Amino acid sequence: MTARMRIAIVVLCVVTGLALLGPLLTPWDQVALDWDHTAVAPQWATSHWLGTDRMGRDLFARGMQALRISLALGVLATLISVCIGVTWGAVAGYVGGRVDALMMRFVDIVYALPYVFIVIILSTLLPRGSLAGLFIAIGAVGWLTMARIVRGQTLSLRRREFVTAAVACGVRTPAILWRHIVPNVLQSVIAYATLTVPQVILFESFLSFLGLGVQEPYASLGSLINDGAQEMESSPWMLLVPAALLVLVLGAFSVLGDALRARVRARDD
Amino acid sequence: MLSYALRRIAGLVPTLLVLVTLSFFIIRLAPGGPFDQEQALTPVVRANLDAAYGLDQPLPVQYGRYLAGLARGDLGPSLRYKDYRVGELIGRGLPLSLTIGLSAAALAFIIGVPLGALAAWRRDSLATRLLVNFTMIGVVLPAFVVGPLLALVFGIYLPVFRVAGYEPGDPAYLVLPVITLALPVAAYVTRLTRDSMGEVLETNYIRTARAKGLPPRLVLFRHALRPALIPVVSYLGPAVAFAITGSLVVESVFVLPGSGRYLVQGAIDRDYPMVMGMILVYGVFTLACNLIADLLYGWLDPRVRVA
Repeated sequence: MTARMRIAIVVLCVVTGLALLGPLLTPWDQVALDWDHTAVAPQWATSHWLGTDRMGRDLFARGMQALRISLALGVLATLISVCIGVTWGAVAGYVGGRVDALMMRFVDIVYALPYVFIVIILSTLLPRGSLAGLFIAIGAVGWLTMARIVRGQTLSLRRREFVTAAVACGVRTPAILWRHIVPNVLQSVIAYATLTVPQVILFESFLSFLGLGVQEPYASLGSLINDGAQEMESSPWMLLVPAALLVLVLGAFSVLGDALRARVRARDD
Repeated sequence: MLSYALRRIAGLVPTLLVLVTLSFFIIRLAPGGPFDQEQALTPVVRANLDAAYGLDQPLPVQYGRYLAGLARGDLGPSLRYKDYRVGELIGRGLPLSLTIGLSAAALAFIIGVPLGALAAWRRDSLATRLLVNFTMIGVVLPAFVVGPLLALVFGIYLPVFRVAGYEPGDPAYLVLPVITLALPVAAYVTRLTRDSMGEVLETNYIRTARAKGLPPRLVLFRHALRPALIPVVSYLGPAVAFAITGSLVVESVFVLPGSGRYLVQGAIDRDYPMVMGMILVYGVFTLACNLIADLLYGWLDPRVRVA
């Protein structure tokens, strides 16, 4: 384990812990308006650890709530994309032939479309601000790369002796996929899933930045950045706080994912 | 080579058709319609509006009409901006969006390739290590974070550039948007060049070139650079596509009158033809960029054409 990876894990643990414990660490609620302290810089006296926005809402409370949404969304949407991607890739790779060609052709076509647009179209589908909708929209497009990776590995696994043995024993295809193929691709899947999480978080923030994602009264790192950018001249912390949180989370996940992927690659070579 | 190119171009048609079909039906499934406003319209007015735009027809008929319009090169009327065609509106903003996107992609390669080559050459120096760590961050940072931060520093603390708005012909308005968009691409190009250059520098013929006493600069630029560029060239297509679609984001950050705003506003207003038009225009650009890059790659490396 490299030093870089260790730092990433520590950062993620701290950030997740803060996000989960957020409500206990501040007397302010994320929707409470403190009219006596609007747009104040970070200060101890009033317990606004990270300052307030123009309406006097506490930035620490809002930031932690945004982090909870981002992390939950990142993990859940990644799980959705893992489920679809692994199933799709394993079936295509194992069944092979015309089914494989057709399934992967579909992946190629959707792959060629700009990702941003698919998510934007899908997000219009759902009532504005519906979190469940966001999960589905982002998870529904995140599985493509996963399907490709899993299919590639399944192709080579299919020819291995233990699979032939299972077939000879009369194990049915779904059981072979579940018991013999999936466990063997799991390492690559986990490595890639770690890289999917920051992409999902980025997309959610991006949609929220555009006003298509998480809606008031809830905050998202993206919508906080958008609000902060309007006020940056007079109160730069409104921009800096959510920007720093987002960069920290994205960076930690990317570093971790890169390291895991390098490890899987080293093992495969 | 020609047959390869034709085959690739023919392959675009089904992709575009899927794009049009998917976006057409999905966006119409969305709740709400283009004429839902704060103040409800009377049923008669509503019915007349729907009839005027053909929205009262069954979906397959609307779809057929839309395809027929596309075949004539007509993207349909905007439902929000009365009396405008979608094509007109997008066409008005597109030159600016393309200028930003293409300059950003060009800037990224101009910065990224030499930096990456140097990083591979001076692998162990402190500057290289700092650079590598910086590119790790650069790849992660989204434009909607970098943009406002750059605007804060270079627009407000050190007022050098303009942070919002646009006057045609004044580059001061475009410097920050282009840099914002170019940064992540430049970071990625740097990493790509460094990795492939690193591999090339290990090869035997580079050792030979060094052994016979050629000056290092000559080895680097004449012998090593060209083969090292192949993976970089293959990233050219995705990079340009990324920069062109990414222009939507920086336009919103820096309040520029490009075509990006039409996509987001169209999605919020349920302006169906507008969203479809944007998706189609940008989809074509993305596909075209990838195609050109693939053809370029096939030209560099003949083995690809057979596959």
